[in-house]
Amino acid sequence: MAQRTASILKNFVSGNPSHLRSCLRSITYMPRPGYNGSRPVTPITEEGRPRPVTLIPGDGIGPLVTGAVEQVMDTMRAPVSFEKFEVHGNMSGIPQEVMDSIKKNKVCLKGGLITPVGGGVSSLNVMLRKELDLFVSLVNCFNLPGLPTRHDKVDIVVIRENTEGEYSGLEHEVVPGVVESLKVITKFCSERIAKYAFEYAHLNNRKTVTAVHKANIMKLADGLFLESCREIAKKYPDIKYNEIIVDNCCMQLVSKPEQFDVMVTPNLYGNLVANTAAGIAGGTGVMPGGNVGTEYAIFEQGASAGNVGKPKMVEKKRANPVALLLSSAMMLRHLQLPEYADRLETAVKRVICEGKYRTKDLGGSNTTQEVVDAVISALES
Amino acid sequence: MASQIARRLLRRRVTNEIFMTTTRSPSMGLFSSFDRNYSSCSSNLIRATLFPGDGIGPEIAESVKKVFSAADVPIEWEEHFVGTEVDPRTQSFVTWESLESVRRNKVGLKGPMATPIGKGHRSLNLTLRKELNLYANVRPCYSLPGYKTRYDDVNLVTIRENTEGEYSGLEHQVVRGVVESLKIITRQASLRVAEYAFYYAKTHGRKRVSAVHKANIMQKTDGLFLKCCREVAEKYPEIKYEEVVIDNCCMMLVKNPTLFDVLVMPNLYGDIISDLCAGLIGGLGLTPSLNIGEGGIALAEAVHGSAPDIAGKNLANPTALLLSAVSMLHHLDLTDKADMIQDAVLKTIAEGKYRTGDLGGSATTTEFTKAIIGHL
Repeated sequence: MAQRTASILKNFVSGNPSHLRSCLRSITYMPRPGYNGSRPVTPITEEGRPRPVTLIPGDGIGPLVTGAVEQVMDTMRAPVSFEKFEVHGNMSGIPQEVMDSIKKNKVCLKGGLITPVGGGVSSLNVMLRKELDLFVSLVNCFNLPGLPTRHDKVDIVVIRENTEGEYSGLEHEVVPGVVESLKVITKFCSERIAKYAFEYAHLNNRKTVTAVHKANIMKLADGLFLESCREIAKKYPDIKYNEIIVDNCCMQLVSKPEQFDVMVTPNLYGNLVANTAAGIAGGTGVMPGGNVGTEYAIFEQGASAGNVGKPKMVEKKRANPVALLLSSAMMLRHLQLPEYADRLETAVKRVICEGKYRTKDLGGSNTTQEVVDAVISALES
Repeated sequence: MASQIARRLLRRRVTNEIFMTTTRSPSMGLFSSFDRNYSSCSSNLIRATLFPGDGIGPEIAESVKKVFSAADVPIEWEEHFVGTEVDPRTQSFVTWESLESVRRNKVGLKGPMATPIGKGHRSLNLTLRKELNLYANVRPCYSLPGYKTRYDDVNLVTIRENTEGEYSGLEHQVVRGVVESLKIITRQASLRVAEYAFYYAKTHGRKRVSAVHKANIMQKTDGLFLKCCREVAEKYPEIKYEEVVIDNCCMMLVKNPTLFDVLVMPNLYGDIISDLCAGLIGGLGLTPSLNIGEGGIALAEAVHGSAPDIAGKNLANPTALLLSAVSMLHHLDLTDKADMIQDAVLKTIAEGKYRTGDLGGSATTTEFTKAIIGHL
């Protein structure tokens, strides 16, 4: 507590107002759905040992960026200990020991897992979400100060239904040359995602929730989703609710993104909207996000978790660690350690703001390690 | 007076010869259905169906007609209006005669149509699409010089499969609270749209075709689409072919639209991506669009709404309909006329003196049209 006020005073005295603003603004507290009754996640075990958290490095740039997180956590002396497990995208399923560890720790940090295209193997990212019933995928897209983009005043949170919809994986070939895929929408899932979205908006002082749909064409399916959203909206009269068709939404995102605040979407549209919003705010290399369920939470790079980067980038070690660092800050808040989260976020934002150490996707040419070192030195100063 | 008529006849015959020789160019062996066979009809004019539409439709259609006659484009318009009562043969307000006219002429231009609310009839756009079997929707998106958006160097074409996919409309409620919707992908439709995409790329000098998909999750459906695209790609070794996952595609489009050239996609992704690209260049009021149907039918249309609040006030922006008509001329191989009109439109917008309200100016439709004619 004293450390935090000291750092705030230091920033204030040094006359740098943007840090002060960022400290006050970014309390992206991730509420635990079903908190009315279930036990909260405890930060420290009884013996005073650090909190164990499962860590899955993943494929491609995954090990690189999770290594970065480990280094930074070490420097901050955060009371978390990582239990590392090797999982790769071409495995047929998640190993049982990994699942047991996640179920015990309830929180996990993960790099991306490759999904082989058209291979007949279902994506491991999707399998994890289904098994642990992580029904919310949350991506927070905002302009980082100091990072020039074509759009400014972007601050969008995309809350995407994560278990059903178009990604049910129920496909079959009717006759040779004709393939059907089922899109399933249920009232139960739509209600709980709408509840989470409004609760999130309420707890984080957000003003508007926008539902994204295509109900003019898919009348029954998206109609059911909209009905659920409207019912829940009635219970939160102080939050504005509106609806927008997905193609109009993409067009507005590209021309006037400042009108959006919290967006709640079914599975597929959420994927597209989250990636578009991440793109306009600086790229998927910097946007934090996570998958949350009633009991478990997995934090990973915000949008497009299946994108693990090109092999050349892995070789040259030029992956961008910012997304996973900001996601681990979200994880620290989820574990009820907001001081560490604030310190981490401030350090990362200062490094981006100064602009001296940036990886290739942000227009610089530094390696991952150089950016991590810059963050560490910002933490220590 | 007589010398003027003689000069005009001579000019028409010259242009007739030019486009007759261009249609006989070699590469189009297999695709005679896309060709227009110009057996010299007695008047040397191509007949085209024109649907002015509702709202601002008639004004902008008028503008198109004026520009075309000033540019001496050899097209004779056959106007058809949407009826006031449901035609039982088509189950909608579009009459059977209108549809027959498009089928006969094989080319048409459509203004914005507002579907009247009510039951017992199909939506107008749906009727046209189903009856004329319009399977591909082509939208060339290029930045208009002089109209500044956040993106300056967009130059891509989106080709969207228009008949099946997620928009089949086959939904049902399994039990209370559970709804299923079918997404259907067939080999025939995917092959059709892929062939048109590569044909378009070849005839318009495009270097790359990218197929947009989500086959890592929807393996069989988008996998079939990709298989068909790959088969067609093998027939065109000079055009580069690549596949992009849709979330990467969205992100790359908003960061750097110059990465893409021609995009071919199934129905839902196509809807979203083509509207996203329209947003990049300035909105639906400036985007041309062309629908391709079986048997070489081409129906150019303006994708914006009918704007009933400014109807009849001479304030509408005819750019979308004009550029759609230009893409129709490209399809008809009247490339020199198409380029002439396109240059005139772009120059008028770039100059900035005459711009309609939605572009930030204060000119009326007629002034804008006159400025374009002046630049021809």
